[in-house]
Amino acid sequence: MQKIYLDAAAALDGLLFDGMHICAGGFGLCGIPERLIDAIRDAGTKDLTIASNNAGIDGEGLGKLLRTKQVKKMISSYVGENKEFERQFLAEELEVEFCPQGTLAERCRAGGAGIPGFYTKTGVGTVVAEGKEVKQFDGEDYILERGIFADLCIIKGWKADKSGNLVFRKTARNFNQPMATAGKICVAEVEEIVEIGELDPDCIHLPGIYVKRLIDGSPYDKKIEFETTRDREAA
Amino acid sequence: MTEAQASTGWDRNQMAARAAQELEDGYYVNLGIGIPTLVANHIPDGVEVTLQSENGMLGIGPFPYPDEVDADLINAGKQTISALPSSSYFGSSDSFAMIRGGHIDLTVLGAMEVAENGDIANWMIPGKMIKGMGGAMDLVAGVKKIIVVMDHNSKAGDPKFIPECTLPLTGTNVVDMIITNLGVFHRPDHDSPFELIELAPDVTVEEVGEKTTAHYVEPVG
Repeated sequence: MQKIYLDAAAALDGLLFDGMHICAGGFGLCGIPERLIDAIRDAGTKDLTIASNNAGIDGEGLGKLLRTKQVKKMISSYVGENKEFERQFLAEELEVEFCPQGTLAERCRAGGAGIPGFYTKTGVGTVVAEGKEVKQFDGEDYILERGIFADLCIIKGWKADKSGNLVFRKTARNFNQPMATAGKICVAEVEEIVEIGELDPDCIHLPGIYVKRLIDGSPYDKKIEFETTRDREAA
Repeated sequence: MTEAQASTGWDRNQMAARAAQELEDGYYVNLGIGIPTLVANHIPDGVEVTLQSENGMLGIGPFPYPDEVDADLINAGKQTISALPSSSYFGSSDSFAMIRGGHIDLTVLGAMEVAENGDIANWMIPGKMIKGMGGAMDLVAGVKKIIVVMDHNSKAGDPKFIPECTLPLTGTNVVDMIITNLGVFHRPDHDSPFELIELAPDVTVEEVGEKTTAHYVEPVG
């Protein structure tokens, strides 16, 4: 069992095809699988449908695949702060399915857990409910949402051992955890690959069963969207 | 707020401070972006609340010192934050399980419109760039108590607390309290009308009436 690949292009070899569906982890620019995104850009794979909470910002994250017009459709909850996205969306070059953030997370969790659909109160009576089955439970309305199961999941972790057991760091976990499960194969990039036994089995965030291919993508120069600080004097 | 937009009553910080009075000891709270974020600066003495960030954290600390900024530690507004000794991290599906599952006691959100039946619209203006609803629909559907903090009127002077929302909805019949620069509207349950329960300094019942099209119960006497 060899899960470790030399780089992102090698890890994605044989997995990419035009028109495919991809789940991409990250929240804003926090915890995005940037090496794998770069490799998909370089591969030139087209007509992608990508489920991702956000669509990157101009020239960063999935914004890179928008710039090269490789994306046909985004399934996202929030796509602000992205001029190229706005331009393509308004020009109807890009299809967008807005999905409430919690519903998107649960659609991935459910899809990855073999659950094709679930009922939720989120979005009842809004445009999100249009065309969806409504069912009453205990006197309250719920709408049917579908699980997501993609062709490929790309995620970013902090550390993984050589068997693929993986841990995330702080709020960079976000969508990486549910999205790792929501597809036929998950490729993970991490900041460090350690020996088997170095990670505490009680503290694994993502068991290795989900991580089929793994790369060490370091060194990372992590981007910050809004740097906010306080003064020392204020303490 | 510029001079031209200045209006009577409370300013942004005072509205946030009023919302903070609704916090109770032990509450788990999610604060939206904008004025709601300021609520964290006004938590009453003796009240301990835990702030949730829907990108996957309980126990939001203050903004970090410049040398402690960490790209892996942000809030839902993508601002850098710090952690507390009591903080915990989790993934997005767990985060929204606690929101949707009714485990969060209170959320404070901004809004473009609130209707007299408790409907809220705060995510989309058709014809303008649509950014998406983020976690707002999940929050209004799942959190136990929903407080809206907003200016009483739009920059154009139009009422925002109105008979029926004109913008695409975020949720239906979900708002429990509305705090504007003019005062506070509250309803005890989702079958009752809103009641004007408090006025900002120097604001009269008549002024609120003139600047509101929604039907609500006026204070007696």
